[in-house]
Amino acid sequence: KCKKLQVESCLKSKLNPTHLEVVDTSGGCGASFVVEIVSEEFEGKRLLERHRMVNAALEEEMKEIHALSVKKAVTPEQWK
Amino acid sequence: IVRCSSGLTPQLKSTLDKVVTSNKVVLFMKGTKDFPQCGFSNTVVQILKSLNVPFETINILENELLRQGLKEYSSWPTFPQLYIDGEFFGGCDITVEAYQKGELQELLEKAMLS
Repeated sequence: KCKKLQVESCLKSKLNPTHLEVVDTSGGCGASFVVEIVSEEFEGKRLLERHRMVNAALEEEMKEIHALSVKKAVTPEQWK
Repeated sequence: IVRCSSGLTPQLKSTLDKVVTSNKVVLFMKGTKDFPQCGFSNTVVQILKSLNVPFETINILENELLRQGLKEYSSWPTFPQLYIDGEFFGGCDITVEAYQKGELQELLEKAMLS
């Protein structure tokens, strides 16, 4: 199973992003990811809350992911 | 159904309450401030050192119960975890972004005066 696809589909279904980039930084073993996500759901939320939303969306996956870096969690307005 | 025993016992919770409120800045990390054992932990240590604030570090690699309990205590799945003025501030990415925006410096200054 491809972990990266799993991560992407989880984030897509739970946060409805208008832009999503998931990069596997573990060299393919699926242990670490860098995420860039743009979603309207982040509107009015502080950075910590936004990251918590990403973590929550990946709750199951987090058990196996050693490092998740949320490089960007912004609203479509901030993304422009 | 037997559930996994929770990492966060009432004793551990009250100990953590004490730790995060009796120090202005606490970093739960992999390794120590002198010997960080993970790049993410090291990044936060270097930021705090560069800002010249006193801070405590606690090595979560030495205690598996603490490590599991903290995840629950902070509702945060990874380390490092930075606490400022008794409140969870964030992990590495949040700390870096706040530092770059100058927000971390501001918050720390406020914490030092309070």
